[in-house]
Order: sequence, then C-alpha cells, then structure tokens
Amino acid sequence: MSELFRRDPRAQWIARNRLHPLHQTLVIGPVFGPSGLLRKNLHSIGFIGPNGLKRIDRSGASNDSAQGSRRAAAASEVILPLHQVLEPAFYIVVVLDLVSGRLNGHDKDTLGLAQQLANRNGGAGAVVAIAFGELKDDSLDKAGVDRLIHLDSPHYEQYNPEQRCNDLQVIVDDLKPQHILLPDSINGGGDLGRRLATKLQQRPACGVWKLIDDTVTCRGSAGKSDITRPLSQLMLVMEECSEPISETRHENIVIPQDTSQFTGAKLIDQGNISVDPNAIPLAEAGFILSGGNGINDWPQFHHTASVLGATEGASRVAVDDGNMPRERQVGATGTWVTAQVYIAVGISGAIQHMQGIGQCEKVVAINTDEGCDMVKRADLSAIGDSTEILTRLVELIEQRKQTINGGATND
Amino acid sequence: MTNDNLSVISLVSIGEHPTSRRPRRAEQDARAIELGIKLVGENLQTLHAGELPDDANQQTALRSYLGMGLAEMNLLEMPAQADAVLVIAEHLKQQNPDVILTGVRAESGESSGMLPYLLAEHLGMAMVTSIADILSVDEANQQAEVLQALPRGQRRKLIVDLPFVASVDMAAAMPRQSAFGPAMRGLLDTAVAGDFADEEASTWQTSNAKKRPKRLKIIKAKTAADRFKAATAKASGGGGKVVHGVEESAQAILDLLVEEGLV
Repeated sequence: MSELFRRDPRAQWIARNRLHPLHQTLVIGPVFGPSGLLRKNLHSIGFIGPNGLKRIDRSGASNDSAQGSRRAAAASEVILPLHQVLEPAFYIVVVLDLVSGRLNGHDKDTLGLAQQLANRNGGAGAVVAIAFGELKDDSLDKAGVDRLIHLDSPHYEQYNPEQRCNDLQVIVDDLKPQHILLPDSINGGGDLGRRLATKLQQRPACGVWKLIDDTVTCRGSAGKSDITRPLSQLMLVMEECSEPISETRHENIVIPQDTSQFTGAKLIDQGNISVDPNAIPLAEAGFILSGGNGINDWPQFHHTASVLGATEGASRVAVDDGNMPRERQVGATGTWVTAQVYIAVGISGAIQHMQGIGQCEKVVAINTDEGCDMVKRADLSAIGDSTEILTRLVELIEQRKQTINGGATND
Repeated sequence: MTNDNLSVISLVSIGEHPTSRRPRRAEQDARAIELGIKLVGENLQTLHAGELPDDANQQTALRSYLGMGLAEMNLLEMPAQADAVLVIAEHLKQQNPDVILTGVRAESGESSGMLPYLLAEHLGMAMVTSIADILSVDEANQQAEVLQALPRGQRRKLIVDLPFVASVDMAAAMPRQSAFGPAMRGLLDTAVAGDFADEEASTWQTSNAKKRPKRLKIIKAKTAADRFKAATAKASGGGGKVVHGVEESAQAILDLLVEEGLV
C-alpha cells in the first residue's frame, strides 16, 4: 500500500452535506474532557484546500473532522489463508534438494506440482516434504508443505545417497504415498530419485515438465522429444513444471522420524577438493572478481583473485585494452554469469555489463565514483581507490588465514 | 597407471546430434571410453546392445568408438525398441567386470538415465553418478578413488568399493578424435541376445520437443496503484550499503565474504 496521502473528495463532500444519507456515518461525535467540558482540537479544525491552504468553514454547516485526517496506510503484512488437511486421504511425498539448507526455485516448483496432485479431483491429500540435514529456511509453510519429515544428524552433511535412499524406503513403506516427487536436478535429487526407483523396483517418469489430467509430459532423447505417458508413482520433475505456491499458507506439521539403520555403504565421501578457480567456466563460477577500466595495477588484481580464490572476469574495456583475454569478458557480448558473489572493481556499469550480471545474487562494487550505475545495483559499495582497498583486503584475508591456521595447529 | 588385471567395460550407445539428429558418437559415452583407455589402455572392453544397423551412418557412428584406438567391440543384437538392461545385465554377469563405465543418459529414446542404476542393482555393484575422473584403483583393498562433478565446477572426492558402475559426466576429459581407418577396420563381435520387449513404453506417445513456455512474472497486486508501480518501477532496489574509506571498505567486503562462506 502506498504511503501517499490521498484526499477523498467524495467523503469530504458527504461530510459537508448534512442531507446526504451517509452523512451520519462520517460524523464523529463531540469529545468531552475528564471534567465534562466539551474539548475542541483547534488544529484539526478545517481542511487543506486544493491550493494547499487551510480552509475553515465557519458557517458550521460542514463537519470536517474526517476531511483532514489522513487515511492510515495499511502497512500490516497480508496474512495468507491457511490450507489445512486434518485427515489426509493420501500422501504426496516430496524430497527437497535444500542447497545450503534453503529451498531453491526447483524445490518450490516441485512442491507446487505436489500440491496440484494432492488437490486435484477434489482430493484431500497432504504434501509431505522430506528434508535431509540442515534446514535454514523458515518459509516452508508458504511453499506448500503440509507435513514435514526432517532427518537431521551430522552424517547428512556428507554425500550419503545410500543412507538417504534407505531412509526414503522406510518412509515410503510407512506412508504408502500416492506419488513421490523429486527435483530432477544435479544437486542430489536426480541421483537419489533414480536410486529409490531401483530399490522400489518402479519405473520413474524422468524430466517431467507438464501434468495434464492423468498424463505427464516428459523430456526424452536428452531434450529433443516429448514423451506423453500415464502418471507414475515416482516422478523426477524439471524446473518450472508448475507454478510455486504463493496464495496459501500450509500447516508444516513435523512428523517425527528416526534415521533408519543402514550399514554396508559402498561410497565414502572424502569432501570437496579445491579446484583452480580459473579452470571453472565463467558462466558456472560461484565467486567472480571482475576488473574494469578503473584498475591500474593488473598484477595486483590477479594476486587478489588468487588470494580470494575467485574466478577472474573483466568488463569489455579491460578486454579491449588487452588486459584480459576475450573469454573472460562478462556482459551481453561476453558471458552471462550466475555468481553467488560478484565483485566489480573499477567497473562503472554499462548496460550490457549489467545485463550480464543480472542473475548474480550479491554484487559488491569498488569504485571511485559514487554516482555510477554499478553502485546503484550493488548490495555493498566501497567508494575509494581500488588499489588501496584491494591491498588492504588481501592483508585482512591473509591475517584471517593465519589466525585460522594458527588456531588449528594449537589444537 | 598400471592396472593390468583390472577389467573395465565401457557401454556405448549411438548418439544423436541435438540439431540435425544425425547419428553420431555419443558425447558422454566417448568420454567414458577416454576415461577407460586412460585407466587400462588397450584392455578396455566395449559393449553395445542394439540392432546391427543397416544404415551406413549409424554403423559409422557405432564404429567411431573403435576409431579411438580399440581393436574390437562386443555387440549384443536385439531389437531397437527392446529393453537393454536385462540383456546387458545377463552378459555382464558372465564377464564379472570390476568397473563399468556409461554415460549419464542416452541421447535418444527415453533417456531417463536409469540404465547404470538398474545395472548396479542387478549386479549388486556400487553406483556412482556423474564422475569426472577416476584417480586411482587400489585392487588390493578393492577400492577406487573417483572424482565426482558437482554444480559450479566443483569436484568431490569419493572412495567407492570395487566393483562399481560409474556414469561419466560431460566434465570428464574431452574424448580423443576418432580415426576413420581404424574405425572401419575394427571388429564387431556380434552375439544374438534375448528379446525383452518394453511393453509399457510402446503405449507412450512421442513427439518432437515443444518449446516450453517462458514463465511470466505474475503481479498479484490488489490495487491499480500497485500494479502501476510494479509495471514501472526499476528492478534494482536502492537498498545497497555504501561505505567510504579504505579500512572500512576492506572490512565490509571481508565481512560479506565471510557471511557467504567464501573465505
């Protein structure tokens, strides 16, 4: 709701017109003080006229108490209607990817499709979301989760698809869900879903992107064909298969569940290994340090990137001047990047460049000009000389690394 | 790497070019062969299940795997639409391989990516998906170290028990070129396999992929003023924090990087 004050000429007119049928509703009665005296607030007498001057109608004919009062802005947050499933007729199980503990778009779309399946043909099914490991997101109720099974213990921080698959088997035996939905993603959903399919001896529908009545449409031939087939119990769904839930709240009731007993894991996670950041394709990189026209000291820029562990990017000017290779160019004419953190050093932000960083989550600008477009877009802007700031940043990070390493050796 | 006693089988399929739809060497399968050659050199065995193609193009596509430096390829003859899993599983049970390499998913047909999982289940092997490299194989302990490809160019190291099935990701090393002469001279060792018809899939309707509709930004504003604002407002919010001074700037940037878990 807008904070702007809006006059309501009609209400003012009704308040002035004692013969109007609605006149009484707008008249606020006289106020009496504690001693019983009639109190008048002199400041509220009259109304502001169209030319901005205060007008007082001394004829007494008009009641202008409502005229000057500003309509209160409805700042309160809209509370969505609660969708309740008291006695679930059946269950739809959704296994969430939860990248870094939060719901992503793919998870929300999957939940949207699950709600569609739970409520079609007047069915009163409940959507059970299964979350492994850390769960930082507190908006599960708004994403369409009726019931939640949260399996949390330290070993879910690692990659243990066999254990997770075993847990899922136990849950499926327990709930006997009508459908099991997983995101067909590289963040674990695709792998887990296929493992579960072999264990349940079911044929999954993979790459589902559309649901019509009792049939689903799947992408086949690595994206070249559409296969229309009947609904199956286990489905691996693509991104944007359905609209995410946005108009209802859901109960999000936690169903207690213990982790299943599983031994004989054939895979042991050894953790992620460090990758040369410049070997990562620019479009995929999660952390980019990008340099532009404002950089004078390029060796220092490269040093900073290696200390930060960031992939290097560049604006078009830096590439044209020969300071960076062409494949490092970010922007409409170069690479469209999707980084989680993008640091733009000495880039003022041409529109082509801003298009290229449109999907970045956090943008940090280091620039001398406070009025440039990049500073307007950035979540954090550092105004000052880039050389000095980068030097200080490298010092701070090296200090931090030393204290962490020092702490580790002391232990 | 010397793994003379290691038995590695690579499963290959006939690929399909994404635009022209001509038969070709499937990209992931070619990477699997490249990885297998790196592992055991000429001892790598290759297996294809399907019809011996009459079409010259398809035969060339199949033979192009031989052109990567392999002497022969095993071919299990079965109808093109039949279920390959059982055929391959039957064959591999007799072979008893240590490592089976496949692509992540086929370039034609259903391409559900289920084959490696089903094979692993049938043969009782471990399954590891989208690997980028096999670092080492320790035959004494019956374990191997593999590198799994993750999103954003990250890699995860896994220790997996032998024998195992691995699907090879596009992040693996580029395949070598296929030489035409050796490809044509290579031997196709054909055996007639069983026919397990896939009845379920025959009822499905297949059509060319339709372009998926682009999701529209739906504005759920209740008032005209809000809709107007949503339509005209600039996407960028002015909520950014601005800091001045070298020390404060560096500290603020460091704080943000720590918060995002990058340093």
